[in-house]
Amino acid sequence: MEPSFYFIQLLNGIQYGFLLFLVASGLTLVFGIMDVINLAHGSFYMLGAYLAYWLSGVFGSLFLGILLAIPLAVMLGWVVEKVAITHLYKRGHLDQVLLTYGLILIFDELQIILWGNDSHGVEVPSILSGSIPLTDIQVYPVYRLVVSLVCIMIAFCMYFIINNTKLGMTIRAGASNREMAQALGIDIQRLFSIVFSLGVALAAFSGMIAAPIDSLYPGMGENILIISLVVVVIGGIGSVKGAFVGAMIIGVSSIYGKVLFPDMASIVVYAMMAAILLWKPKGLFQAT
Amino acid sequence: MLKKTKPGVNRREFVKGTSSALVLAAASTVFPTFAIGAQAKVKLGVLLPFSGTYAKLGSHILDAMKMRIAQNGGKLGGRSVDYVVIDSEMKVKESTSRTNKLMQKEKADFLIGPVHSGIGMNMARMVKNKKVILVVPNAGANQITGQFCAPNIFRTSFTSWQTAFPAGKAMLKAGHKKVVLLYWNYAFGKQTATAFQESFLAGGGKIVADMPTPFPKTEFQSFFTKVAALKPDAVFTFYSGGGAIKFMKDYAAAGLQGKIPLWGTFLTEGTAKAAGSASEGIISTLHYSSELRNATNQKFKVDFKKASGDNADVFAIQGYDAGSLLIQGMQAVRGDTGAHKDLIMAMENSVIDSPRGEMSFSKSHNPIQNIYLREVRGGKNEVIGIAEKALADKAVGCKA
Repeated sequence: MEPSFYFIQLLNGIQYGFLLFLVASGLTLVFGIMDVINLAHGSFYMLGAYLAYWLSGVFGSLFLGILLAIPLAVMLGWVVEKVAITHLYKRGHLDQVLLTYGLILIFDELQIILWGNDSHGVEVPSILSGSIPLTDIQVYPVYRLVVSLVCIMIAFCMYFIINNTKLGMTIRAGASNREMAQALGIDIQRLFSIVFSLGVALAAFSGMIAAPIDSLYPGMGENILIISLVVVVIGGIGSVKGAFVGAMIIGVSSIYGKVLFPDMASIVVYAMMAAILLWKPKGLFQAT
Repeated sequence: MLKKTKPGVNRREFVKGTSSALVLAAASTVFPTFAIGAQAKVKLGVLLPFSGTYAKLGSHILDAMKMRIAQNGGKLGGRSVDYVVIDSEMKVKESTSRTNKLMQKEKADFLIGPVHSGIGMNMARMVKNKKVILVVPNAGANQITGQFCAPNIFRTSFTSWQTAFPAGKAMLKAGHKKVVLLYWNYAFGKQTATAFQESFLAGGGKIVADMPTPFPKTEFQSFFTKVAALKPDAVFTFYSGGGAIKFMKDYAAAGLQGKIPLWGTFLTEGTAKAAGSASEGIISTLHYSSELRNATNQKFKVDFKKASGDNADVFAIQGYDAGSLLIQGMQAVRGDTGAHKDLIMAMENSVIDSPRGEMSFSKSHNPIQNIYLREVRGGKNEVIGIAEKALADKAVGCKA
């Protein structure tokens, strides 16, 4: 196999890793700051994808569809936090798992009622449908590069917000000592609403931009949930930096696993997780 | 903990003609024996998907079968027909109780179904040594007319072996000696790949890479990267439905279309138009094409469009031929389903004027049929030749 093959597969892996990071960062934020295990996170990814499919079909443009779907996702996050999640803050993890698992069932059923259990595809927007030649026969679709760029931008934005803004400061304060932050006048309830909505928006947005790459089918949310849990655990629960590194490790190793050891493809990722946890039982990065 | 939950509307079974069943039950207490056989309605218990990914397949099969029977005056062997229809929802687990319901509660004379191979094997096991006759209008698992074969099981569709075996020879003939395999990693995909290799390896071909991809996922990029690096003479695939459309489009987007020829079986059936220019030039082997020029097909296409509003496809003709098979069998025994042996004999010996061309049945009750070589031109599966004439399945493991 030529070196270019490994290089292009690395590109595929990194691109997948960026997408995973986008999903996992929302999960790890909610985990780390609110101490809530949100199993419904994958459902928001699924809903994002279906919203993009639906709205881009109605308006004939994926950009417009995504633009309209983002506020919908934020609103959905806000409502779910107010109605369901808010009752969980003082409860144990088992209750959280039960409730958010219930949400999965509700969202899955809703998806089938609204869009049926057929599988669907979303068109790549025509301006981004071109491709860049890499070798004599291999070309790389532009849309995939754009997705990676968007993910990088969002990663930078998140880094900036968390480290350099007042909101970021309160988030960090709330994460490290909830009672103290509250005593100093930070409205924790409001902060949690914001963080949860942000997490939902991140998951939904990932679903939207991934829709043209993957296809939409019932149960797609559960698939992404499991792999993002792996990412979060490898990276260290609550650490955004950890989620990034974890996503890259999983992205690249799963792509190489698929093409180099097709028979063991589904094990590669979990073997990687086991190895890392043996070495660092709390994940690569501890939340700060 | 997170076992895949597939919530669906559970009570979506709908049963038609229960009232007529009551009348029938009342009548049968009055008239004894054969008299009812000739007068009462023939009951067809239908188990097909009418919701979900394969909803269209179920409705095409049923619409075409009803249309065929309507053309016969709505009768089988002089008796009118009562349809009891259940949505299979593609759920293998529930197919046992649903089949039982059709056999025991409804006392169906014939079972029609299913689409899903897993359900098909389940039904095949259940009808063994029973009086009911099972007619399978799609499910292509080799085993149904292989190790599970029985006198009362007929199939009007295909086996996975039948559709894929001819492709091996055809690809060698086209000069493709080094081939990459790409297929969905589940029972039918694996059977297709195995059947292809059987003729391809025997003819001296070489499999450069065997790449099953997770079912029903459609993220193919890394596999296409490998195809581009290996530079095989061609790629042989099994994908179907929405996944097939995505596959063809991504193959084109990866720059491989036209550079490395793409082959398949069901890849372009019902999907060629939706994939647009990405399907151009793809070659496939299948037992039907809507572009076949025989008179039966020409008439069928017009009739089916009128009856259902949809364009004819391979699933519709399989339902149509199930109707023809029932008509011929019941004609021979003049509607007496009690004449079990004669009925089966007549069905076994029937020769059907199918839209796919003339079709008869092998000893294992699977069609002996032509497998056509088709190439997509202008969004249509044009027939460019016959890959294998009057091919019968090998019926591995069939002892009946």
